This record gives sequence, C-alpha cells and structure tokens, in this order.
Amino acid sequence: MQITVTLNGRRCTDEVAPDMTLYSYLRQKGCYSVKCGCETSSCGLCTVHFDGKPVLSCSMLAVRADGHSVTTLEGVEQEALEFGKFLADEGGEQCGFCSPGFIMNVLAMVKELPDPTDEQIKHYLAGNLCRCTGYQSHLRAIKKYLAAKQKEAVR
Amino acid sequence: MFSAQQYVKATSLQQALELNQKRSSAILGGGCWMRLGKKNYATLIDLSGLGLDTIEETPEEIVLGAMVTLRQLETSPVLAAAFGPLFARMTEHIVGVQFRNCATLGGSVVSRFGFSDIITGLLALDCEVELVQKGRVSLADYVQMPYDRDVLARVILKKNGRRAWYESFRNTETDLPVLNCAVSCLNGSARVVVGARPARAVMQEFGQMPSEQRLQEMLDKTEFGSNMRAGAEYRRQLAGVLCRRAIEQVKGDAECR
Ligand SMILES: Cc1cc2nc3c(=O)[nH]c(=O)nc-3n(C[C@H](O)[C@H](O)[C@H](O)COP(=O)(O)OP(=O)(O)OC[C@H]3O[C@@H](n4cnc5c(N)ncnc54)[C@H](O)[C@@H]3O)c2cc1C
Ligand code: FES
Ligand code: FES
Repeated sequence: MQITVTLNGRRCTDEVAPDMTLYSYLRQKGCYSVKCGCETSSCGLCTVHFDGKPVLSCSMLAVRADGHSVTTLEGVEQEALEFGKFLADEGGEQCGFCSPGFIMNVLAMVKELPDPTDEQIKHYLAGNLCRCTGYQSHLRAIKKYLAAKQKEAVR
Repeated sequence: MFSAQQYVKATSLQQALELNQKRSSAILGGGCWMRLGKKNYATLIDLSGLGLDTIEETPEEIVLGAMVTLRQLETSPVLAAAFGPLFARMTEHIVGVQFRNCATLGGSVVSRFGFSDIITGLLALDCEVELVQKGRVSLADYVQMPYDRDVLARVILKKNGRRAWYESFRNTETDLPVLNCAVSCLNGSARVVVGARPARAVMQEFGQMPSEQRLQEMLDKTEFGSNMRAGAEYRRQLAGVLCRRAIEQVKGDAECR
C-alpha cells in the first residue's frame, strides 16, 4: 500500500504493509522518540498527534494515516523543550521513559483546554502511565508551565 | 498484534458486507481491541472512507456513524444537549483521551462486551442499530443476538426527551469497570440497566420510578459473578448503591418524580 503522510510538516510517500502500525512506521521514518510501552493499548507512551489530536500510534495502522498529518515529539521540539524544563525542575522526569508520550499529550491538552482545572488535567492525562513519579511532580510542572504561558500571553 | 495480508478501504457498505462474509476478513474499527489479539486476517476492511464518522441530528433522531470515536461521544454538544452528561459519564473513564480518539462506537457496540460502559449507557435510551444486511434492530434485541458477519453502519437514538443518568465504579482509574448502571425515565415510566456484572448488561422496565423495594426485587433476581476485579456479593451491594444514586439523579428532573 502506498501512503502519503504529512509527517512533522514534511510530505512523505511510502510503501507500507497492510498490518504495519503507525508506531512502526514512525520508527522506520527515524522518529525514535515514539516508543511502545505495552501490548494492551493502555500506557500512552506511543502518543502522537493525528491531525492535531492525540492518538495511540501502537493501535492505529499506518494505512490510516494516508492523507493525514502526524506530529511526533521531533516535530514540536521547541514546545517540548519549554515544557521539559518545568518537568525536570519539578523532578517529574525520573527514568524519563514515559516522557515522550506524556509531553505529547500535555501539548495536546494545552491546545484543547487553555485554562484547565486540576480535575481536568488529571482526567486528560489519565491515560499516560508513569511508574516512577506518583504524578504529583507532573501536576506541579503542568501548573507552573500553564501559569508561565499565561503570564507571557498577558505581556 | 494481529497480522493482515490485504487492506481494502471500502467504497460502499455493500462492498464491505460482501468482503466481510469470509471468515478470514474483519472490519477494522479503531483497532484498539483487535490489537490485543494475534489473529491472522486475509482482508481488513476499512469503513473510514464512507463518512461514518459524524453525529447527525434530525427532528426525531440522532444518527451516529459506526466510525464515531468514543471521544466524539464524550464531547459532542448535540449529545449533551439531548441527554445531558450521559455520554460524557459513560465514556470518560475508558482508558485515556488518546485511546478514546481511536476506539470507535461501531467496534464497541458490535463487540457487546459484558463490561461495556457503552452498551449499558445506550440501553438506557431508545436506541437502534442499523446493520447493512439485517437493517434496523433495537439494541435490546441486538445484544441478545449471536455474533455474525453483518456490518454495523450506524447507531440511532430517538430524541423523545428521555432523561438518563449513568454511574460506574472502577477499582482504579482507566481500569475496566467493576460494575456500571444507567437509569432513565420517559413519561413517568422508568428503565434500569445493570452491566459489568461482569456478564452482559440486563435491563428492566418499571411503570414508575422504582421504589426501594421494587429495585431490590430486580437486583435479587439479577445474577452477579466473580472475577479478578470483584466478587459476586460485592457487585450486588455495589449495584444497589449505584442504582440508587442514578435514580436520585433522574428524579431530580421534575417529569420523573
Ligand atoms: C485496554 C482496553 C481497555 C478498555 N476499557 C474499556 C472500559 O473500561 N469500558 C468500555 O466500555 N470499553 C473498554 N474497552 C473497549 C473499548 O471501549 C472498545 O469497545 C474496543 O476497543 C473496541 O473498539 P475498537 O474501535 O477499538 O474496535 P476494533 O478493535 O477495531 O474491533 C473490535 C471488533 O469489532 C469488529 N468491528 C468493528 N467495527 C465494526 C463494524 N462497524 N461492523 C462490524 N464489525 C465491526 C472488528 O472486526 C472486531 O472484531 C477497552 C479496550 C481496551 C483495549
Ligand atoms: S504502547 Fe502502550 S498504549 Fe500504545
Ligand atoms: S519517569 Fe519513569 S516512568 Fe515516568
């Protein structure tokens, strides 16, 4: 099957097998931030943006991406770096394994909910599992990041 | 992960139905559940080119395409206007946002999982499924039918002013529900649905909002089972608590007292 995907802003045309996952395709294209952390569609590590919305690349087939745009961490380096600083400052990056999927979902959340409550943050990020932090540092990092963004917007 | 030899983006529902007659074929929903299996499919049939990803409103009905995602159900203003927070409540604890952006209504309804939040929630409404071969069938009948090779095209909800509320309980966020229930009311009569028993949901109609005693009679007749998430007796207790909460919520509506 031939597919044409806008991957991190670049048009790519490739031949893919009918059962290739979007996850495998992205790795093949050199997007090594994308990882697979479970076999059960439930950890969130493989999160990428599909037409701007967060999806599980492990569960979606590459053929479905034909004619769509896909963004990985490699495509949002600046924003990822900006949020990553808050995450590191709050001790929210321990082993760091969950970070790529987590950061992608935080960036999707910020676009969808400009001023989320704590409950909304927890709800939006419930599908990103982290074995190290206990999530409190994640929550602090997000709140400080949102506050900093708001301050910037006022200025 | 499953494997597949061939992928066909269907150009019509009829074509999808024909291709799906072979046992080695499968309709591809969001793929979230299929991914857990290791089946080898000769042909995967994709419905994503048929415009079935929309929620449409007519004066009498709301028509949901099979490819509508769980996240669309959760956030749809049309569904919220017609049924309040019912759809948000029945979808919001299913794994995470990314999962719900992939998993489909069609895959959820066809699978008829015992634990299903979607089936329990939809059974509280006046709901039909549109199958390509068999046409329209009420959801209550559909959940009793055996799995076959028909294709689900749409789910249709009657806009008749039915009020409904949804409750579920999980041991931990994002896990499968230990129990779920929905209660609804139309012109004074009521319906109680109990699912994740862990077997498939059961429902009962009442001439009026059930009293404590009538509810207890229903639950006494209902079978509950045990699995790794909870024991049968615990589920029975939980069902009483969740049904009472849902009844209180529905009674909050003046027409349902
Ligand atoms: C980890 C995990 C946790 C879950 N937790 C919950 C939960 O807490 N509550 C809950 O209610 N659900 C839960 N589910 C189920 C989930 O909500 C979906 O119902 C499930 O993933 C199936 O939807 P899908 O779009 O992924 O279907 P797929 O995996 O693509 O398909 C499932 C089956 O349906 C068939 N199919 C799909 N669409 C059609 C169609 N239009 N016509 C005919 N056949 C079709 C496929 O061939 C396949 O056999 C969970 C699933 C997973 C994987
Ligand atoms: S790898 Fe775990 S959800 Fe995709
Ligand atoms: S920091 Fe180790 S899994 Fe999240």
